[in-house]
Amino acid sequence: MQASLPLVAGLAALALGGCGLGKQSTLSPAGPVAQAQLSMFYESLAIMAVIFIVVAAVFVYSLIRFRARKTDTELPKQVHGSTALEIAWTLIPMIIIVILSISTVHYAFVLETPATGPDTVQVQVIGHQYWWEFRYPGTGVVTANQVHIPVGRKVNFSLQSADVVHSFWVPELGGKTDLIPGRTNTLWLEASKPGLYDGQCAQLCGPGHAYMKFTVLAQSSAAYHQWLRHMERDTVQVSTPLERAGLALFQQDCATCHTIHGTPFDGKVGPNLTALMQRPTIAAGTLPDTTQGLTAWLHDPPAVKPGAKMPDLGLSRSQIRSLVAFLQTLK
Amino acid sequence: MAAITERVAIAHAEGRTYHGIWAWLATVDHKKIGIMYIYAALFFMAFGGAEALLVRIQLWQPNNHFVSAETFNQLFTMHGVTMIFLVAMPILIGYINAIVPLQIGARDVAFPRMNALSLWLFVLGGLFLYSSWFMGGAPDAGWFNYVPLSGAHYSPGAGVDFYDIGLQITGIGTLMTAINFLVTILNMRAPGMRLLRMPMFTWSALITMLLILFAFPPITVNLILQMMDRLFHANFFNIPLGGNALLWQNLFWIFGHPEVYIVILPAFGIISEIIPAFSRKPLFGYESMALALSVIAFLSFMVWTHHMFADGLGAVVNSIFAITSMLIAVPTGIKIFNWLATLWGGQIRFTTANLYALSFIPLFVIGGISGVMLAMAPADLQYNDSYFVVAHFHYVLFGGTLMGALAGLYYWFPRIWGRLLDERLGRLNFWLVFIGFNVTFFPMHLLGLEGMPRRISTYAAGNGWTTPNQIATVGAFILLIGMLILLYNLIVTFRRKPDLVQDPWDARSLEWSIPSPTPEYNFAQLPLIEDRDAYWVAKRQGRTALEPAEPPGPIHMPSPSLTPFFLALTIVVAGYAALLHVDWLALLAMLAAFWQVGAQLVHEDPGYHVHPEAPAGGAAE
Repeated sequence: MQASLPLVAGLAALALGGCGLGKQSTLSPAGPVAQAQLSMFYESLAIMAVIFIVVAAVFVYSLIRFRARKTDTELPKQVHGSTALEIAWTLIPMIIIVILSISTVHYAFVLETPATGPDTVQVQVIGHQYWWEFRYPGTGVVTANQVHIPVGRKVNFSLQSADVVHSFWVPELGGKTDLIPGRTNTLWLEASKPGLYDGQCAQLCGPGHAYMKFTVLAQSSAAYHQWLRHMERDTVQVSTPLERAGLALFQQDCATCHTIHGTPFDGKVGPNLTALMQRPTIAAGTLPDTTQGLTAWLHDPPAVKPGAKMPDLGLSRSQIRSLVAFLQTLK
Repeated sequence: MAAITERVAIAHAEGRTYHGIWAWLATVDHKKIGIMYIYAALFFMAFGGAEALLVRIQLWQPNNHFVSAETFNQLFTMHGVTMIFLVAMPILIGYINAIVPLQIGARDVAFPRMNALSLWLFVLGGLFLYSSWFMGGAPDAGWFNYVPLSGAHYSPGAGVDFYDIGLQITGIGTLMTAINFLVTILNMRAPGMRLLRMPMFTWSALITMLLILFAFPPITVNLILQMMDRLFHANFFNIPLGGNALLWQNLFWIFGHPEVYIVILPAFGIISEIIPAFSRKPLFGYESMALALSVIAFLSFMVWTHHMFADGLGAVVNSIFAITSMLIAVPTGIKIFNWLATLWGGQIRFTTANLYALSFIPLFVIGGISGVMLAMAPADLQYNDSYFVVAHFHYVLFGGTLMGALAGLYYWFPRIWGRLLDERLGRLNFWLVFIGFNVTFFPMHLLGLEGMPRRISTYAAGNGWTTPNQIATVGAFILLIGMLILLYNLIVTFRRKPDLVQDPWDARSLEWSIPSPTPEYNFAQLPLIEDRDAYWVAKRQGRTALEPAEPPGPIHMPSPSLTPFFLALTIVVAGYAALLHVDWLALLAMLAAFWQVGAQLVHEDPGYHVHPEAPAGGAAE
């Protein structure tokens, strides 16, 4: 078994060929959960590869050796069965299943047991059509579409949905769990090394399903705590007239839906925009978090992201310019 | 309505002969019904295939806008619904109709008129579903149609109503097919045809019908509950009012997993006929093959939550269902090895039918392998709802069911249509389909492992997804060419004169023991069955026909009737009326449907008699 692992890994790498591993690959695990799942993949693939090779060998040999020939005159020997053989190919698969069951049951319990202890991080995840809300219980920190976690610590995600079924999936950190309205599911993940890990909704949730992405930023414990403190800070700095115009416009057009910590704006319908500029993307991974991205988004959200709940507000170019200037102060 | 009742009255005139299209609409002959099932399935396959091609074009490159996200969701939903409910099941039920009565030595099914009703409910129900494209949009919440996305709040259009009502209409037909063939196979076998002498295809049909009988009620309950929610504002799936999202999922998969076996067991049966015929050997391990079918059917009802491993049902539940799911590999493995042992030592002829049947073995093994991998619950959290699953079930449903169905088409074509399909075109058709299939679906394993979720209308560059997607799209077009060759083969074959060869493959089972074209009464005299593979045994003993089990004489036949067609039409009218909220018409149409059913209950069909010419005796030609 063990000896065949590198062989299978080699075959898999060969098959992947020039494609290379992307940013959302289950084959490049960055944490213990994804690592466990990948080891199960290799274990089962190795056993299954042996079975396939046996079947394929018998199959191909039979097709060549036992093909009909012009010289066939007699009927082939009429064999109806063989009790010994039939018992053999009933028992051997059963043994294989027992082997595969061991890791299956073991990891089912390991992955289900949520982490405890003072060191664990709790994050509440709420799925919305089509974006992610992340809350840090006990801190008042709320953010959207990018979740910060400390490296090397188990993170318990509690998963809820505000509308339809979604699924929380960060392939490099571990498998997915669904967010089901009316239930609270849990999932623990851990990042072994710092980095930005891409995640995506994996359960059909409407026309915007493909546009419901998020990122996990795994950072050192110090950086993580610094970020939490930053998010709790009560200041928004507006200085230029353009930014002030944007602030006024935000109050008028955006504040019913969006919250910005440190301002009176506390709408709950759309994503929380506190420290918006720290996120790499906007609209759940639809556009880059740049002047161009924000401008394109404010111009006509549903045109950029199918099914987006944010309407086209009919903003003029100058209004968009001032709003973008204001949003870019949210650092 | 008046027109319909009038037509029904006409249909009641017994002994009538119908001509042209009316002969087809009024037929209760299992052979003609089988042919119509197969035609209709191929017709819907063209649409299901076109939807798949549009999906593949959309996924050709990152950030593509070939179709909108809304259209994309409709396309893959209708592709799935079509291929499962309107292609895979009906084409197999078509073969079961056309072949099983012949294999068991029967003159028709137990309830010929109900059989016609099943057909028309499927055909008209399928057209009803497809009319959604022109009536505000097709269903778009996936073939699994999870709540609350499919509820009125999140899917306010009529698409999901078409799904709920359309699948109820076709589902009634499927349930009646199950009842019909269970009774037929259990009660109408020729004298001496004991259960353990039945051909394996008939065995697979028997077990499939049992699966339908128990699997269709849960989906029907789901569809009715959701129809109540959507049309009459009930709250079974209204989460804020206490509805339960998992209720739908459980009921759906209690149906949905056996459904997978409903469309694979008959393919197992087809393969089990073709491989022995073209190896010139009996099926290896006949009893264990029949037992394996039964065990698979039994297990298929206790694995449903493996579709829900990501639902957070807990480690205990996931472990139990993981193990029961893996257990299915045991009876499936028995079948694979028995087929290999049948080939071993044989004289294998590579006809197109056999090429398709043989290709089934490696393709289904690949699908089975990924199936066992998916059953490992903790690892499945990575594969679930990714393209790995898409690859897996296409290896099972295309590599298994469709390859089996195409094998059956080439194999039984001379029996059903009295002509042999062109073998040269057949081989071209096979190789293009085989290559196109693998080029399309093998890269999807890698896409899934690379983290691509299912059902996304587009994707960003930079995840390594572009190349495998482009390979898959190229493969889909190779498949298209392969299927067009099949269409061309059908056209040239139908333009030729019928060959009317009775037993072109030197085959084993009873359907080949009667003249071609098959007489409307099938068997002039019911045969006496003294062996498994009785026809093959008779041929080896130098006989060309089986001993008759009855003296020659007039044969009682059921009368044709237009009632099934108009009853199905009435039910579809009720469906449209309910969907369009014309409640009085829906009520009236349902009453009319009940009235027609009631009229059938009290009505006695005297039938008619045919007098076949004295057939050749059993001993010699």
